[in-house]
Amino acid sequence: MRLTVNDVEHDLDLDPRTTLLDALREHLDLTGAKKGCDHGQCGACTVLLDGRRVNSCLVLVIAQQDARVTTIEGLGTAEEPHPLQRGFLDHDGFQCGYCTPGQICSAAGMLDEVERGWPSAVTAGDDPDLLSDPEIRERMSGNLCRCGAYPNMVPAIRQAAGR
Amino acid sequence: MTATLPTAVGAPLARLEGPEKVTGTAKYAAEYRTGEVAYGWVVQSPVPRGRLNAVLADPAADTLAVLWHGNAPRLKSGDDPELDVLQSDRISYRGQAVALVVAGTLEAARRAAQELRLDITTEEHDALLRTDHPGLYTPERVNPAFPAETSSGDVDTALAAAAVAVDVTYRTPALHNNPMEPHATIARWQDGDLELHDSNQHPSGVAATVGALFGLPPERVHVITEHVGGGFGSKGTARPNAVLAALGAKVVGRPVKVVLPRQAMFSMVGHRTPTIQRIRLGAEPDGTLTAIDHQATEQTSRLFEFAEQTTVVTRHMYAAPNRRTGHRLARLDMPTPRWMRAPGEAPGMVGLECALDELAERLGIDPIELRVRNEPAVEPETGVPFTSRHYVECLRAGAERFGWAGRDPRPRQRRDGDWWIGTGMAGATYPTMAQPSTARVRALADGAFEVAIGATDLGTGARTILTQIAADALAVPVERIRIRIGDSTLPKASVAGGSSGSASWGWAVTGACRELRASGRDEATFDSSELVQHQEKDGRHAFGAHFAEVRVDAVTGEVRVSRLFGMFAAGRILNPRTARSQLLGGMIMGMGMALHEEGVLDPAMGEWVNHDLAEYHIPVHADVEDIDAAWLDEHDDRINPMGSKGIGEIGIVGSPAAIVNAVWHATGIRVRDLPVRLDKLLSLLP
Repeated sequence: MRLTVNDVEHDLDLDPRTTLLDALREHLDLTGAKKGCDHGQCGACTVLLDGRRVNSCLVLVIAQQDARVTTIEGLGTAEEPHPLQRGFLDHDGFQCGYCTPGQICSAAGMLDEVERGWPSAVTAGDDPDLLSDPEIRERMSGNLCRCGAYPNMVPAIRQAAGR
Repeated sequence: MTATLPTAVGAPLARLEGPEKVTGTAKYAAEYRTGEVAYGWVVQSPVPRGRLNAVLADPAADTLAVLWHGNAPRLKSGDDPELDVLQSDRISYRGQAVALVVAGTLEAARRAAQELRLDITTEEHDALLRTDHPGLYTPERVNPAFPAETSSGDVDTALAAAAVAVDVTYRTPALHNNPMEPHATIARWQDGDLELHDSNQHPSGVAATVGALFGLPPERVHVITEHVGGGFGSKGTARPNAVLAALGAKVVGRPVKVVLPRQAMFSMVGHRTPTIQRIRLGAEPDGTLTAIDHQATEQTSRLFEFAEQTTVVTRHMYAAPNRRTGHRLARLDMPTPRWMRAPGEAPGMVGLECALDELAERLGIDPIELRVRNEPAVEPETGVPFTSRHYVECLRAGAERFGWAGRDPRPRQRRDGDWWIGTGMAGATYPTMAQPSTARVRALADGAFEVAIGATDLGTGARTILTQIAADALAVPVERIRIRIGDSTLPKASVAGGSSGSASWGWAVTGACRELRASGRDEATFDSSELVQHQEKDGRHAFGAHFAEVRVDAVTGEVRVSRLFGMFAAGRILNPRTARSQLLGGMIMGMGMALHEEGVLDPAMGEWVNHDLAEYHIPVHADVEDIDAAWLDEHDDRINPMGSKGIGEIGIVGSPAAIVNAVWHATGIRVRDLPVRLDKLLSLLP
């Protein structure tokens, strides 16, 4: 099977039942995407699939051979962090760190959705601010954090969005 | 030249491992490459009680091994029966590990486990906790070693004579730790020695425990715990995944990786017991308490007695001449409850602090004032002084910050559109503990110092804080400290639990650094056992106060926490940046306890039916609005060299009660059965 991750194309010999998350973690040593529930309920495995955020535990590799996958490892490095990674560092937007890559990938996808003007469940009015704190919280609610680092992630995301 | 004082401790140093965590390069237990790893999938009992007669595997299945009690290697029995996995035909709860399937791929292991046929003789089971359970008994001790019962004065007479009395029962449900990183182990045997990459809160403890089961001394088990994705108590000791992986690896002769599915974490790794708490308070008209009685009914498993210390917190909080606390346990055909963040204090303060709110209402006294009037001069039960206690100061300063003054004490007075609005408060406390630990420091050739201690950082900031402590003790900048933790081969450290990590490990690190400087040598090791064991017996506790504002939808009963504020007196705050995060995290978990979290029991099946993250609700981004924590500048030089009291748990103590009390103030409805779900409000809303 062909899988393109962070602009690198891989030729993999995988069980057809292999999820994108397991391919990344068990076969490509890209362990930034985390397995928290394996059922699409926690968001820890969030990656970008053709630029859109998805739970990689719910995606089969065999169906994504023409897709471009971006993982946390493809967003930035310790030396050159992505603005979201910088924001999470600046605002202590994590504790144990296990949900963090998923939060950051999800935020990257979310900011793109906002850029496209997509509304959320709390969007209201004629000229809504799609990046108000309630909007950020609503749009990020698919990513669970048991440490409760939420209050620090909101300003981290705001900072990355230049707000 | 001006002499500079050490300043690392108290500075908001960013987490040292932050860059690895935000870039996805920090390695957690299941993420190491260890050669040709095989995958273990745990098979759990589908019945709550019975005997496993046989396991029938499809001979054509693509597996390396199917282990069960009929063929698994024999373990030496340890002191935790939960770890005697695959050793007996006895099934003690639904979800107990009864087999392990090992295969070359994760997909094959999972499929073969699903196909496995279990021949089980089922037996009648008993899964429901109730106050009239015929098997209720008083345990000898409650966690970790407190007397189960205490009594002084004459509670019954005082209650009968009290001008105002409250007699209420509060219930808290089963709660599940659910750290985001599942329990996971990669086990590898090499020349008879065992290596475990394992997600836990105590690497040396896990090495000793797992080693004993396999007849190995601790030094022949190497446990690596570099990064841990949360634990909240559920990784405090070895869990079955570590033993299963080691068994599997022994049989197949390859490294074996076992990661628990999220669903298994509701049964196999511990949870917080449900509690039924009866609280009786008697008071004079001016609010002076004359009697306090706090009795808890809770559960444990058939396998293992874990007795949560739910009412112990009442022994320290308020003055009253007549007082009694107690615990009764039922042994049920259910999983073993264990530590979950602030075992004892978190549920116990729901009962006590909500009952006080009810008493304040009956007396017509402000709830803060009621607490102030019952502030004890010494520990109420033991009579020993406190090393420091600034509870009243937390109440006053917190009230000021929150804007409590001028609050109309009557419920159901504020309405904004569809929302009823109310405020509530509750006290907080957590014991200040320390445990023996050993640290080693070495002066390196490049002018840096290596500080080594077998501690773990679950997201607490331990790695960062120990670096700050070492820098000050050596009087060097933090950049010259190289900290090593998360490995059982490092000097032995105590468990990351009981909010005692910084105190315990910091004490050892401080000792080693001081010894290095005093000796002039280039290496020093310090064991704090003697100092820790000879601490004075004065009462050592942190205190705090929580304030909540909620709004309750008059149409739907939905509860939102619009403001949550905590004020704490927890000794010296070692790193305000990580401390604030940890306190907020505790408060948010407390919000979950008040409003969202519960294991919903189906007694007929002996199972929590909502055992996944879609149905067991924890707070999400959208639930957390205006929240903050602050602290008093408290100095206490009698507790440990840092003067720190520990902050990992106090955030979850009291915050649930503050929210429940605020719901009453908003609506006039006392929900005494947590969590406060909208269906419990809806029929009672006007």
